This record gives sequence, structure tokens and C-alpha cells, in this order.
Amino acid sequence: MTTRIVELRRGILKKNDELAAGLRASYAAAGVLVLNLVSSPGTGKTAFLERTLKELKAKGLRVAALVGDLETDNDARRLASSGAPVRQINTHGICHLDAEMIGRHLDGWEGVKLEGLDYLFIENVGNLVCPSSYDLGEKIRVALLSVTEGEDKPLKYPTLFNSADAAVITKMDIAEACSFDRELALRNINEIRPGIRIFETSAKTGAGMEEWLVYLAAERALRSGTPDFK
Amino acid sequence: MHELSIVTSIVETVTETLAAQPDSSRGSRVLEVRLRVGALASVIPESLEFCWGIVSEGTPLEGSRLVVNMLPVVVHCASCGQDATLEGVQSFRCPRCGEPCSDMRQGRELEIDSIEIEDGEVKV
Repeated sequence: MTTRIVELRRGILKKNDELAAGLRASYAAAGVLVLNLVSSPGTGKTAFLERTLKELKAKGLRVAALVGDLETDNDARRLASSGAPVRQINTHGICHLDAEMIGRHLDGWEGVKLEGLDYLFIENVGNLVCPSSYDLGEKIRVALLSVTEGEDKPLKYPTLFNSADAAVITKMDIAEACSFDRELALRNINEIRPGIRIFETSAKTGAGMEEWLVYLAAERALRSGTPDFK
Repeated sequence: MHELSIVTSIVETVTETLAAQPDSSRGSRVLEVRLRVGALASVIPESLEFCWGIVSEGTPLEGSRLVVNMLPVVVHCASCGQDATLEGVQSFRCPRCGEPCSDMRQGRELEIDSIEIEDGEVKV
């Protein structure tokens, strides 16, 4: 019996990464800006997304959303009230969305084609750890943090905030009641991801939403050349 | 929490690698699997080891050792013009000059580095 070493140097999530690269290419070809929203359960991803969908729709833009949860289609039904096409992905116990799930739900989505969309939002499973390892082919990964969660969330979950392209603070309307230390939260986010764009929002009052929408339009314009609105 | 899917993926990849080896390796088994895991990979070595025995059972990896080589975060500091290793993942600043650094050069790795195998019976 002989023993020997075989060098592999192979990414463990290579299959997901390859599928995500394929998705990224198809998003680019269709001219749709894709965002992946990640946060803990209860941060207000759904409320924030509902408002975003409504406001983009009101500007005449074509939007849709995929929403991941372990079980139930409650979030999809809630988001559908915006009038945008929404599809629920139930992971049945899996703590994150992966590129295969996205591809499968895009393929069989009745009445929705990537080419017919300007923006596609993916609301990930509420979890601050696992979704950061799985590329969904998105252009922008958004980490959300609510004022009720504590300003040190970015320090506790550095991977998620470090891998994000933008950060959104939600529920700013109740910041004072929660004794939210805004300066500290901004400092902590910047400590983990220096220079990241941070939006301070309230889905309830609409505070900060316009700045967020202008950012989305500018990001899409990087590809299309002309902003959808200013 | 997703360590189980990661271990499953490792076992699949290593099993495929064995199947792709020359004929003389038929019936060989794996003694050791070495991983490279970045400090920002969101993977806990203890959780990988916990799943290891369960997932590798009944495969050529059964009874093998899992060795996890953790890699610290390395950033490139634009001010110093050099790479720097961070002591932790709580502050992305250059340890030399204190400037914020967002240009990461190492720390998200999640790779199978190599495997050690014991060849089966060699055909004469």
C-alpha cells in the first residue's frame, strides 16, 4: 500500500460559483439590475422591499422580486400587494438561497422574463451568516440592519457586512425610542467595510427612500448609459 | 449553520476526484483532507468536524482526518502600498498606518487544498 498527496486547490462552493457566473451573464444580457437583500429575521427586509417596489413601479419601471423563506408564502403575498410579480422560494430548512434555487425559480416563472425587467430584487432567508457564502449572481448585495438590533451587529457579523456593496439602516422612525446611537452604527459599519454607501431609511415614513432609489437608478445607468430617473 | 452543505460538497468533490484517478487507484481510500478556510468565510472548523464523520460514512472518505488551515485576512493598504495581515476581523484598517482598507487580498477562501490517499491493490 502506498500513500500519496493529490493537490486539488478547488473551491468548495465551485458549483454554486459557476451557476452564479451564468446567472450574472444572463442578468447583464437582459439589462436587469439584480440585488440580493440580506439581514437577520425581523430587520424589515420585506417592508423595505415593498416600499421600494411600489415607488419604482410608480416611476413606470418594471420590477419583480424573488423571496426566500424556510416555509410559508406570507412574504410573497405581502409583496404582491405592490402589484409587482413576486415569487416565493421555500428552502424547507436550508438557511440560505443558492444560485441553483434562483435559476430554477427564474426558469419556471410564468409571465416573467428577465428581458422584461429593469430591476429584480432577491430577498434572502433571514440569516446573517450563511447567505454571505452564496453568490446569486447579483450586482449589488445589500446588508440591512434595523435600529432595534444594536449598533454592534456589523462587528458581530463581519463577513456579511464586509461582503456587502451597500448597507441600509431600517426603522429610522423609531430610532429615538430605541436610543439608537447613529454615529456608532455608522462607525461600526465603516470599520468592517470602509467607504460603503449607507442609507438611513424608514419604510413607514418614506425617509431616505428617495436617496436609495436614486442610487439604484445610478447603478443601473452604469450599464444602460442613461438613468431611469434622477 | 451551512457547514453540513459544505461538508457534503467536500465529500462529493473528493469522491469525484478519486473516480477520476488512474485505474491503479481503484479501491483506494482517503486518509486526510486539507482545507484552506479564510477568516471571513463564515465557517466554523468545529462544526465541519462535527458533520465530517456523519457525511463521510459509507464513502471512500470514511475514517479520514479533516485538517482545516485557517487563513487570516490580508488587505492591501493604498497608503503604504503594501499588503498587511489583520489580527482579527473587527477592524479593516492597516496595522501600520491605521488607514481604512477595503482592498482584500485574502480571507474569503473556502477551498480543498489537497487530499492524502492510500492506493488500493495495484493491478499486476
